[in-house]
Amino acid sequence: MMHVGDVTETLAAEVGLRSDEEIVRLRQIVRDHAIAQGFSLVDQTKFVTAASELARNTLQYGGGGDARLSKLTNGVRVGLRLRFVDRGPGIADIERALRDGFTSGGGLGLGLGGARRLCDEFEIQSEPGKGTVVSITKWKLR
Amino acid sequence: MDTPKGAALIEILSRHRDALLTEWLDQHLSIALRRGLTTEAEMREQFRSFLNVFTDALQRSDILDANRPEWEPVRAFLAEMSAHRARQGYTPVETATFVFSLKQPLYVRLRTELDDDPAALSEVSWNVNLLLDSLGLFTTEVFQRSRESIIARQQEELLELSTPVVQLWEGILALPLIGTLDSARTQVVMESLLQKIVETGAGIAIIDITGVPTVDTLVAQHLLKTVAAARLMGADCIISGIRPQIAQTIVHLGVDLTNVTTKSTLADAFTVALQRTGSSVLTPSATA
Repeated sequence: MMHVGDVTETLAAEVGLRSDEEIVRLRQIVRDHAIAQGFSLVDQTKFVTAASELARNTLQYGGGGDARLSKLTNGVRVGLRLRFVDRGPGIADIERALRDGFTSGGGLGLGLGGARRLCDEFEIQSEPGKGTVVSITKWKLR
Repeated sequence: MDTPKGAALIEILSRHRDALLTEWLDQHLSIALRRGLTTEAEMREQFRSFLNVFTDALQRSDILDANRPEWEPVRAFLAEMSAHRARQGYTPVETATFVFSLKQPLYVRLRTELDDDPAALSEVSWNVNLLLDSLGLFTTEVFQRSRESIIARQQEELLELSTPVVQLWEGILALPLIGTLDSARTQVVMESLLQKIVETGAGIAIIDITGVPTVDTLVAQHLLKTVAAARLMGADCIISGIRPQIAQTIVHLGVDLTNVTTKSTLADAFTVALQRTGSSVLTPSATA
């Protein structure tokens, strides 16, 4: 358990991301916790979809990594935070990577920016050659 | 086996054969019967056959090493039994116990027979222990392998099962998608749809995603590619089963589906398809 400001963070699950099957598993775990936190159907779907996008980025561009899901409480709010960590090549230009339509692979180029729009908080840190950490948070009023 | 100790082992096995069988059966039967999958007679027969191949291998081998070729018949016997039990739903522990429960009755006999020679007793016990351990572990390995092959087969079956293309009407196809759309399956989906378009000469294909829980950009991209390929073959696609939460998610993601006809239900999509093909379904009115 960790306190930052008034936010209490409790680790709920940890999933390795090394194959497509593990992305499916992560989606199921995230959905189960979103239901348990009382998220609406729309918010469940948004958070699960954002998780799916970032998990695939971690696997495809980061060469695999880990996802840590934690439960948050902050006064009258409850929430979920999902942090993706990889030790891949990193992102040289984060602004450009977040722009819609930009992709260095064969995708639509909407995953990273889309994930940001689907969540309440979005944080990305990346250092070329070291890896990338992306963190997303979704809140719900209790 | 020609060492005196090995001879003693064979001697014990054949002289106390029936007593050993009964005691061994007592140890293992409670597990086997709890499953309700076998009878005592069947179990006894299985033990008897195992003891036969075991003694046989013992006579032909001078080293108690389960990996030697002389022990191949024993391994084959256990492999068959283990694979059979994997299908029947035994656990790996219960399967390995088949071999391990021979230990106790056998040690009791060894102790009484070699009472006057502690050195021989400890040597034979140790060798028998190693042998039975490796045979027991072998059953677990086979068990694991059979389970894996069952899983692999089921995955292949799922791949086939989950992508049926059905004809709804003259010139109208439907593809109800269910579950996760990972790349391997999408490939199968795309191929079977295009194949069916060729076979039937259909002009309209309805792709229903009611059963797809998450539509992310990869799934959207696969759908758009399928639609584009179908269009190249002269068929128009309608995507149905877009639920409210999926619609909102797609908007936030920024996926552009404006070039594709979409409907919330398969019924709506079917109505549109009927209009486009110039067909209509009439409900006979009460006055007719």
